Amino acid sequence: MSGWFSALVARELRLALRVGGGALIGVLFFLAVVTVVPFGMGPDLNLLSRVGPAILWIGALLSTLLGLDRLFQADRDDGSLDLVLMAGRPMELVVLAKCLAHWVATGVPLVLAAPVLAVFLNLDPVAIGAVTLTLLVGTPALTLIGAIGAALTVSLRRGGLLLAVLVVPLAIPVLIFGVSAADAAVSEPMPFMTPFLILCALSLISAVVGPVAAAAALRFSAD
Amino acid sequence: MALIDLANPTRFLSLSRSLLPWLTGLCVLAFAVGLYMSFFVAPEDYQQGDTVRIMYIHVPAAWLAMMCYSIMALSSLGTLVWKHPLADVSAKAAAPLGAAFTFMSLITGSLWGKPMWGTYWVWDARLTSVLVLFIMYLGLMALWRTMEDPIKAGKAAAVLTLVGALNLPIIKFSVDWWNTLHQPASVMRMDGPTIHPDILWPLLVMALAFTLLFFVLHLMAMQNEILRRRVMALRQRAAAIRPATATASTASAAAE
Repeated sequence: MSGWFSALVARELRLALRVGGGALIGVLFFLAVVTVVPFGMGPDLNLLSRVGPAILWIGALLSTLLGLDRLFQADRDDGSLDLVLMAGRPMELVVLAKCLAHWVATGVPLVLAAPVLAVFLNLDPVAIGAVTLTLLVGTPALTLIGAIGAALTVSLRRGGLLLAVLVVPLAIPVLIFGVSAADAAVSEPMPFMTPFLILCALSLISAVVGPVAAAAALRFSAD
Repeated sequence: MALIDLANPTRFLSLSRSLLPWLTGLCVLAFAVGLYMSFFVAPEDYQQGDTVRIMYIHVPAAWLAMMCYSIMALSSLGTLVWKHPLADVSAKAAAPLGAAFTFMSLITGSLWGKPMWGTYWVWDARLTSVLVLFIMYLGLMALWRTMEDPIKAGKAAAVLTLVGALNLPIIKFSVDWWNTLHQPASVMRMDGPTIHPDILWPLLVMALAFTLLFFVLHLMAMQNEILRRRVMALRQRAAAIRPATATASTASAAAE
């Protein structure tokens, strides 16, 4: 299995990173969101450092949602999705491979950009580390949950907005525990490990639920 | 009568047509008794006065909001596992009803909240989870509206409904966590006396009335959905035949 799995991941990565893939637009959008927030909330550095983890998490959520409609759409347009469906490989693993490649192409840049953007928001070093760590653990869950929405809306021409509406309620737990863990690292009495471990658990659950549901949705949309 | 016999839409239509008058009558009766009890029999609360009567609408609506989602989840299982032809009709018909009951419980809740808590909305754990449920209902309805083919739309919505059913307990749990983290020792607890039979009975009758109302509306909506699909099928058939006859008539006109 490892042969075709890694080949598929490599193909997706190559497609995402080359011209026309648009993988790095997500980071630009992340930067834009974080830049816009102080204009709305005022340049008070104390306030920004208090809500900084939340801003970074919401920015990461929004830019993940923005990139998700590309997940299966391009493959459906050029027909390779049908080929993959007919190839007889387990569709769940195909979805997992695509999510993995998509996360490496769009999620990892967000995680890498987070410490830089955190400086703009006046976060202290511990908070920067905590936010980056929670984003590293939590963004896979966003991609995997988003894959369900992407698979459901794959046959629609303008599914992007509907995708966001469908995915946001399901992503609420990830957001809650991501931000709580990042906040808990700074403020003393709250334990960091409890929300962090629950965040890890959410990522693991979505690694099961996401591919299974997305694969089912893709199969139904094809026949 | 097994569930499988209802797979025939015609049989389902005739059964539901004969059931509906009885259900409607029972529903009206239950509402009459329930509303009378909640307005005239049930006592005023010693703290809240007459506003406590909002509860007799609010609590049943909230129960129904959750029951609706469970019925949709069961119907979705029926669609995906047993491929029951009426399961997606049932799920589709239940979604707007669920959204309406959720909306009703949110509205009555905020109207009740204004005199009691001094504000229309608080980010209390329970309110927030109901709001999330409302968004999920609306998302499901939007998904149904975007796809033309009812079978495909039904399957897609069934997948989303089941994922939502898995996720709702997690959302509930995490919202509870979030809320206790942000505002410990919440003021919004209902510090009334433990529930007294004088209050409990009207509440139960109203809950029965709401449940009957749901089943009446659900059956009606399912009938409408079946008829709508038949009309759509007839139109498609008519549209498939018409161009052929049209070209035939023009061809014969040209020949003359």
